[in-house]
Amino acid sequence: MELLCPAGSMPALKAALENGADAVYVGFKGETNARHFAGLNLDAASLRDAVRLVHSYGKKIHVAINTFAHVRTWDHWRQAVDDAAAAGVDVLIIADIAVLAYAAERYPKLELHLSVQASATNAAAIDFYKQLGVTRVVLPRVLSMQQVRALARTTDVELEVFAFGSLCIMAEGRCYLSSYMTGESPNTAGACSPAQHVRWDETADGGLESRLNGILIDRFAADETAGYPTLCKGRFKVGDATYHALEEPTSLNTLDLLPELYKEGIASLKIEGRQRSPAYVAQITRVWRQAIDRVMQNPEQFAVQSEWNAVLANLSEGSQTTLGAYHRKWK
Amino acid sequence: MQFSFGPILYFWPQQQVERFYQQVAESDVDCVYLGETVCSKRRELKFEDYFRLAQMLREAGKQVCLSTMTLLEAPSELRELRKYCDNGEFMVEANDVGAISLLHESKLPFVGGAALQVDNQHSLRKLVGMGMKRWVIPVELSRDWLAELLAEPLIESVRDCFETELFAFGHLPLAWSGRCFTARSENRAKDQCELCCIKYPQGRTVTSQDGTEVFVLNGIQTQSGTRYNLINQLKSMHGLVDMVRLSPQVHDNMTWLRRFRMNQDGLQPYPLASSESNGYWLKLAGLVQVDEASATKVENYES
Repeated sequence: MELLCPAGSMPALKAALENGADAVYVGFKGETNARHFAGLNLDAASLRDAVRLVHSYGKKIHVAINTFAHVRTWDHWRQAVDDAAAAGVDVLIIADIAVLAYAAERYPKLELHLSVQASATNAAAIDFYKQLGVTRVVLPRVLSMQQVRALARTTDVELEVFAFGSLCIMAEGRCYLSSYMTGESPNTAGACSPAQHVRWDETADGGLESRLNGILIDRFAADETAGYPTLCKGRFKVGDATYHALEEPTSLNTLDLLPELYKEGIASLKIEGRQRSPAYVAQITRVWRQAIDRVMQNPEQFAVQSEWNAVLANLSEGSQTTLGAYHRKWK
Repeated sequence: MQFSFGPILYFWPQQQVERFYQQVAESDVDCVYLGETVCSKRRELKFEDYFRLAQMLREAGKQVCLSTMTLLEAPSELRELRKYCDNGEFMVEANDVGAISLLHESKLPFVGGAALQVDNQHSLRKLVGMGMKRWVIPVELSRDWLAELLAEPLIESVRDCFETELFAFGHLPLAWSGRCFTARSENRAKDQCELCCIKYPQGRTVTSQDGTEVFVLNGIQTQSGTRYNLINQLKSMHGLVDMVRLSPQVHDNMTWLRRFRMNQDGLQPYPLASSESNGYWLKLAGLVQVDEASATKVENYES
């Protein structure tokens, strides 16, 4: 079972390698990946350095080219595939069937993984992508453990699941909430709830209001920790109640499920967070390295260490974690 | 320009569904979609019921398509999907790649739903090659995007092989989740939902703390808080959009169909309510409303 860690920059990449990642994933600067944030990601030249470094550790590097190609700028996606292949990366993570088809035809020996953005949640969909040359599918964070298990037992395609990080609660790549509110979505702009649309206002009583393109997402009292206004994690009114109508600001944490994921032969555990700092990547990687080593030594005796949870809680949104959809009761 | 009624997105009692399709049969709509696309637990009508209604509507002279689930998770949902795909009489609207996989395997033509991720000439061309006869454009794409896409040589050469359809009226389906938000709004777990969405035939409105309608909860589906209404943009669709889709509402469906038909060429515009939007088609945020007649942008939210 592989530990796959995020690297939005060279320092984060080094942090992941030094702390025990089996593989890292990166993206190019620009619109070809779903973490298109200022100051993040690599260009073609730094990708070549990254590949050398990762391979010197004997580890693997995946490149996410995981947004949907646009009409006039199709060449950007094709170029990204060409640049990644030329740099000698191990894996491409792709969502768009057109980009997949191009990569499969042009670079038949390059390993292709289906991005979570493609939202493949069932055996028939996985079969569709398998025929396009995909050998591994990253599952969206909408499935229960029971559903993951059923898939693992029916498909011969490798499965990768999200183990830790920001929790996206919608079938990814098919969520238009962000473009509805701001005009920009992961599909059209490579980012959800983009920062340039965020506004903070102080309230009369010393609290804060967060807005996204003018829409009030949340209000925080003076003594509350204010979170980033990701639109599905705001407090809204339904009927008479004001609450987190879609989801609380929490992070996904699947430590408790580790033995089960291992038993079902899940190929890879993915840590979310290419937008995070090198220090964050280092700490998360260290915890998950220990946990995976422990479960692989003895899955029956595996127990989550309280110090692991303490570290992870500290690094979580709102200091809270959840099993998310893996746990049926969450749904 | 042809008009269609999309599948009913909400959970309505069987009688209400039957009544609606009776009206559809008597209307002059060109095409109609039937089937549950949101939640497999909604079983007021079973496959056999939809099939019977489909036959009735075909006899009334309508083009009929069976529409399928958007978020397919459980093996039982795939088995149900197969029943739709193997129906033998009606074209199927695939709302997930899994459905395309089954339909392609059986060499059947299909309609590609708006929740599929087709944004460029290469993916569109690929699906047309796999048998897609009609493409429902993803809701967030604009007129400009569509025009550029259809003008690509790769598409122009196969433009005769498929039609385009646009979601032009109704609350926009924006997201699907593993979680049921209607059950959550009643403090119920999804497994114990007791099908509570039958109490909300128009979904549940979500408003911001300062009173803007932000979303509508419809089970696992999140819809736009505003009602999307492109009645005043129909003229701009000429040559691009072959079929205009109205999403069934609780009231006034046939009235809206008539209004849309009357304004096909832009001769009888209809004023939008403040709770309506048209931003996506105009390359703006979805919730924006532009009054094209007076060319002003109406901010239907506080900014």
